[in-house]
Formats: sequence, structure tokens, C-alpha cells
Amino acid sequence: MTKLIIILLSAVFINNYVLSRFLGICPFLGVSKKLDSATGMSLAVIFVMLMASAATYPIQVYLLAPNGLGYLQTIVFILVIAALVQLVEIVLKRYIPSLHKSLGVYLPLITTNCAVLGVTILNIDEGYTFLEAMVNSLGSGLGFFLAMVMFSGVRSAIEAADVPKSFRGLPITLVAAAITSLSFLGFGGVIENLFA
Amino acid sequence: MEAILTAVIPVVIIGVICAAVLVIASKVMAVKEDERFPAVRDCLPGANCGACGFAGCDGYAKALCENPETPTNLCIPGADSVSKQLSEVLGVEFADVVEQVAVVHCSGDCEHTQDKVDYQGIESCSAAKLMYGGKGSCTFGCLGLGDCAAVCPKDAICIENGVARINPRDCIGCGLCAKTCPNHLISLVADVERVVVACSSRDKGAVTRKVCSGGCIGCKKCEKVCPLGAVKVENNLAVIDYDKCHDCPDFAICARSCTTGCILVADLKGYHKAK
Repeated sequence: MTKLIIILLSAVFINNYVLSRFLGICPFLGVSKKLDSATGMSLAVIFVMLMASAATYPIQVYLLAPNGLGYLQTIVFILVIAALVQLVEIVLKRYIPSLHKSLGVYLPLITTNCAVLGVTILNIDEGYTFLEAMVNSLGSGLGFFLAMVMFSGVRSAIEAADVPKSFRGLPITLVAAAITSLSFLGFGGVIENLFA
Repeated sequence: MEAILTAVIPVVIIGVICAAVLVIASKVMAVKEDERFPAVRDCLPGANCGACGFAGCDGYAKALCENPETPTNLCIPGADSVSKQLSEVLGVEFADVVEQVAVVHCSGDCEHTQDKVDYQGIESCSAAKLMYGGKGSCTFGCLGLGDCAAVCPKDAICIENGVARINPRDCIGCGLCAKTCPNHLISLVADVERVVVACSSRDKGAVTRKVCSGGCIGCKKCEKVCPLGAVKVENNLAVIDYDKCHDCPDFAICARSCTTGCILVADLKGYHKAK
């Protein structure tokens, strides 16, 4: 149990996918302008990360690894995740239109998102069990959510600030992203020592 | 060769399985869309302004398809041509659209008013409004920072001499500016109206006169000269009742007799003073 909690918390804070591993930077910069779109995007990412991990873990363990096809991991995972996201979109559109409406525009964006692919591959590399892999995916998704929501707050503050002309737009956003990411360094070592 | 095949075949098999699942899913779980929906949606201009009262053009198109009693003349930017197309597509009777234009009820430009403070904050009317009601001497007047111009989908609004000015030829009557203005200075009037009170100050005449030489001082001269009784002074401000104002025998007499010149007459170039 303690291990699961450590995995969850370290995925959220220490190895935060956006701010420490620098995966999924594209939606982090692209969709964080408004709080509601940032929330929608992050919820879709959490959802897809969980689904993708659940689908790719058995493929790796029962199909690729026993047959010595581990080197096909990346391409097979991309293929499976893309098909899965499409399937999820079709199912949502049919049965839960309201959810499809709120997540709809973000789902195709996530199809080949490197954060999602990163979670599924790191689950294998870390040698997690299935349960641990799912907890890690949930933590990674929550970490993405945290980073997006925090950064959309930072960005709305930047909008109101009087930024020097040459820094306006993307430059100041990147500077802010760097400082936000630095602040997450402070979590390093906290979680391990919490349970020591 | 064998090495290539052992790599290619599993990927192909997985790919084919995924494709098959997707094809089956898209067939089995296809969502039935009203076949008129794309046609109806194409008729609408796509400005998503919300003037029809629905959530964007998609919302209005959906309502039109699902509920046959939805009026077809709600799209004000699209005017008669859209209403005509909609009635053809849906097979209902054509309903006339009353075109509307937005007008600014303020004439407090730089010549008529003075700034009471030197505002250096955020360049937005709603922000400036929070600072003691804006930088201008009149708390009712145009803040002149262009919130309305920023939301206008047709770029019909510009800030001229410190006051928002709407070009009626470009205005599509969507009303976004009216919703945005923190002082509620902009209203929509039917495109046939030709006189407009360009002041919103409900201060007493003496106060208004002090802060703005172009504002309505509530002298009731317009009320007296109007042959149709359409102008009334309420709360120190002239208000025109457009239901009564049609077919004036003495056109724009109110505008010509206004002491401060705050009743404007419209022509193709916009609203201007009668004198």
C-alpha cells in the first residue's frame, strides 16, 4: 500500500510529466490559456492515460515480451493508443454525448500525445505490476492536471501584467513555464522521506 | 528476411484488428444526425454571436431541426436572406427579420469632456470602470478603451476622439458590444430608427452640464416639440419611445431643437448632429 501511495505522489509531484520530464509540452503551452479548456484537456488526458495503460500493459506482457518483440514497443503502442482513442470517441459520442461535447475537441489532440506514450512506456521500463502501472498513470494524469491548472492561473496573471513589448506572447509564457517547473524541484526527496 | 517478417507481421495483424474494431464500432454506434442539420447549419452565418438566443449557430440550427416551432427570423446578423434560406430548407413560411444596429448613447468625446485622472492601468473599460468609474469626468459616459471594439466580430466599432463610434454599414446587430459595455451605453435599435439620444447620464442637468458640454441636461425641449409624444424625459434623461416615433411629420425636430445637440440623426455614414 505504501508503495502505491509513493508511486502516486511521486508521479504527481516529483516526476511531474510536464514540469520534470518535459513531456506533453505542446498542450501545456497551447491549451493553458483559459482555465476551463485547461481543465477539459487535463481530464481527457487522465482518462486516456488510464485507458492506454490498461490496454498496452497486457500487450507488452503477453504479446511482445514473450516473443522477443520488445523493440516494437513504441510503434505498437502508438498504433494501439491511436485506435483506442478513436474507439473511445465513437463510444462517447453514442452513449455519453455530454461528455463527448466537453472532451470532444481534446480527444483527437491526445491521440499521439507524447505524455500518454511516455506513461505507457515508463510503466514497462519501471517494471511495475498492472495495479502499480494503473496507479502511476492516474498519478501522471493528475500531475498533468495540476500543472495545467496552475499554469493557466499563472497565464491569466501574465495577461493582466504590463509585460515589456519584446517579451509579450510566447517568450514570457516560456519564462513563466521555466519558473513554474523550477518550483517543482522543491518536491524532490520529500515523498521518499515522508514514509521513511 | 525472417527478421523483417517477424517484426512486420505482428504490427500488421495488430493494425488490422484495430481497424476492424474501429470499422465495426463506427457502424454499430453511428449517431443518427438529422439530415437537415448540415443544410440548416450552412444557411447560418457562423458568427456564433448568440443574438438568436441560442448557444451559437450550432445551437440555433439544432433547435430549428428539433422543434418546428422555432422561429426562422431570429438570426439578426443574417437578416432577411438567411431567414429566406432557412424557410426554404425547412419548408416553412418566410418571416421578416427586423434588422438591428447598435448605437452608442454617449457623445462625451474629448471636446465635450475632460479627464479627471491620468489612467495608466489595464487597457480595458471594465478594468478602468473599477477605478472610481473611469478616467473621464462623467461616470455614465464612454470609457473609451475599446472593450466593445475588441468583441465586435465585424470590426464595425472604432474609438474616435475618446468615444466608441459604430459604423452602421458594417454593424450586423449581434449585440455583443451591448453586452460587453460596462456602462451599458450601447443598445440595439431597429435599423429604421433615425434619431438617437447620445447620452446616458442620469445626473441632474447642472451636474451633467458641468462634466460634459454635449450631454442631456433634461431640459424637456424635445418633449415639448415632439408632435407624436414619443420623447419623454425620465431621470433627467431624454428617452425615445420608438413604437411611437414612426412617420414623424416633422422629421428630427427633436434633434434640431436639442439645446446641447445630444439627439443625433442617422444617415448612411452613421449618427451625426442635426445642426
